Amino acid sequence: MDGPSVLSVTLSGVAVRFGRFTAVSWVDLHVRSGELLAVVGPTGCGKSTLLNIITGLQRPAAGTVAIFGKPLTGLNDDSGYMLQQDALLPWKTALDNVGLGLIFQGMPVAQARERALPWLRKVGLEGFESRYPHQLSGGQRKRVAMAQTLIMGPKIVLMDEPFSALDVHTRRLMHRILLDLWQEERRSLIFITHDLEEAITLADRVVVMSAGPGSRIIGEVPIPLPRPRNVSALATTDEFLHLYREVWGLLGAEVEKSYAAARH
Amino acid sequence: MPQPDTSPMGMIAPEASAGAPRASWSRKGKVRATQVGIVAVFLVSWEVAGRLAWIDPFFFPLPTAIVERLAEWFSTSEIWGDIGITLLETVLSFAIGIVAGTALGIWLGLSAFAADVLQPFVKVFNAIPRILLGPIFVLWFGLGLASKVALGVTIVLFIAFFNTLQGVREVNPVVLANARLLKASRLALLRHVYLPSAASWIVSSLRVSVGMAVMGAVVAEYLGSSAGLGHIIAQAEGVMDATGVFAGLVLLSTFVVTLDRLVDSLESRLLVWRPMPAGEPDA
Repeated sequence: MDGPSVLSVTLSGVAVRFGRFTAVSWVDLHVRSGELLAVVGPTGCGKSTLLNIITGLQRPAAGTVAIFGKPLTGLNDDSGYMLQQDALLPWKTALDNVGLGLIFQGMPVAQARERALPWLRKVGLEGFESRYPHQLSGGQRKRVAMAQTLIMGPKIVLMDEPFSALDVHTRRLMHRILLDLWQEERRSLIFITHDLEEAITLADRVVVMSAGPGSRIIGEVPIPLPRPRNVSALATTDEFLHLYREVWGLLGAEVEKSYAAARH
Repeated sequence: MPQPDTSPMGMIAPEASAGAPRASWSRKGKVRATQVGIVAVFLVSWEVAGRLAWIDPFFFPLPTAIVERLAEWFSTSEIWGDIGITLLETVLSFAIGIVAGTALGIWLGLSAFAADVLQPFVKVFNAIPRILLGPIFVLWFGLGLASKVALGVTIVLFIAFFNTLQGVREVNPVVLANARLLKASRLALLRHVYLPSAASWIVSSLRVSVGMAVMGAVVAEYLGSSAGLGHIIAQAEGVMDATGVFAGLVLLSTFVVTLDRLVDSLESRLLVWRPMPAGEPDA
């Protein structure tokens, strides 16, 4: 198996431009295999662009991308991507939505359902197999989406503000489910968020990006909080508050900058 | 309603008083009773007016005469042959029209080039009043089945086409992106994303399509044929037999209403995944 020192994602000097607009000016990022990395930054700093680079949907204008040491050409077969918005197929049941990727791979439907069933249980939706997305709450739909991404067994999981639309309590529940699943089979997980609390609760390491355009990584904070973490009690501990202040020390100035830019 | 627990009606129900279901029952009963009353008053006054010679029964045949005529028709098995022919024509033009229209809609929905090239032609063809093609089709395809189906197809095809096109274009881009991220092939996208999206549009237009398919069949029969409900009406009209025309109309309406019922149950089966629209009247 992969040792702890194996790098799942290596970005070296990556820059992204859209025409003459420079979204990301310089990013060096190393993600270890099995590491849970949170990326925080002000709105519009190119966080999502980073994920598109890692999936291979977007080519960098400069720099190199390597996945498990191999340069990335074309699409990344090792990654699974969970989007911010609701993306379930409304005409398929929860069970069929979970097994969707398997069906796309050519697996027979009956077999895909058999594989999907335990995943639905893992995200706490036993008994909801035949519900359609419109019959599920926002949080339940997110759980189906989570199972849909993870069932494919991606070695690198990418999540782009997946829980930003949920209320605080539902979000905490999602954090607990996500951490449990991640603990089970440690994959690399890159989690994009603008919520510091969420970042610290989940991550092994928080990377802070500067305000765009031309954003870059301005610092990182390791999160040495022991695992498994108690999601609901964590936020009030002294260590947590200390880490929060440390990350905010990096991020706060950038947020101010992006506010100022938005005003002009 | 199939899913009372999620429909807006269902959400309100627990708050309503215990007497609510009975109240809605009696309301339903009242509606039905009023409907029956209207029909009864209408038919009776028609009958009376005819018998008192206020209206000429030659042009407005008595309801009893119409019923008698229908009974006469159904006393032989011949009428079932006519119904069967019209049904066959309807089903064929419906099926061919839906399949061809859907295929065309998907093609134009997915290929911007084809859409740009063909859009004006589609518009021109759709602008032709289809009924006027009837005589041409009778000339081309003869008095048999083919001319009836051809006319029905030209009507149904466009309904299916426009709805499919809409369905393909209205696919939620996020859903599409997610399916692509799950590595769906082009064929899988078509089967699991585009087609179901279009299907919801097609299914909601089924009722219109069925009505149009019947219309195509009957009009073509009326223009020239040897069997079918349109043929019966045309024959009766040919001998100034108003009773026959009215009886034919009654038969035709019953036919369409029956098909409509079938489509209704088909629609609710195919669209179980869709949220119930708020304030949908209880059918």
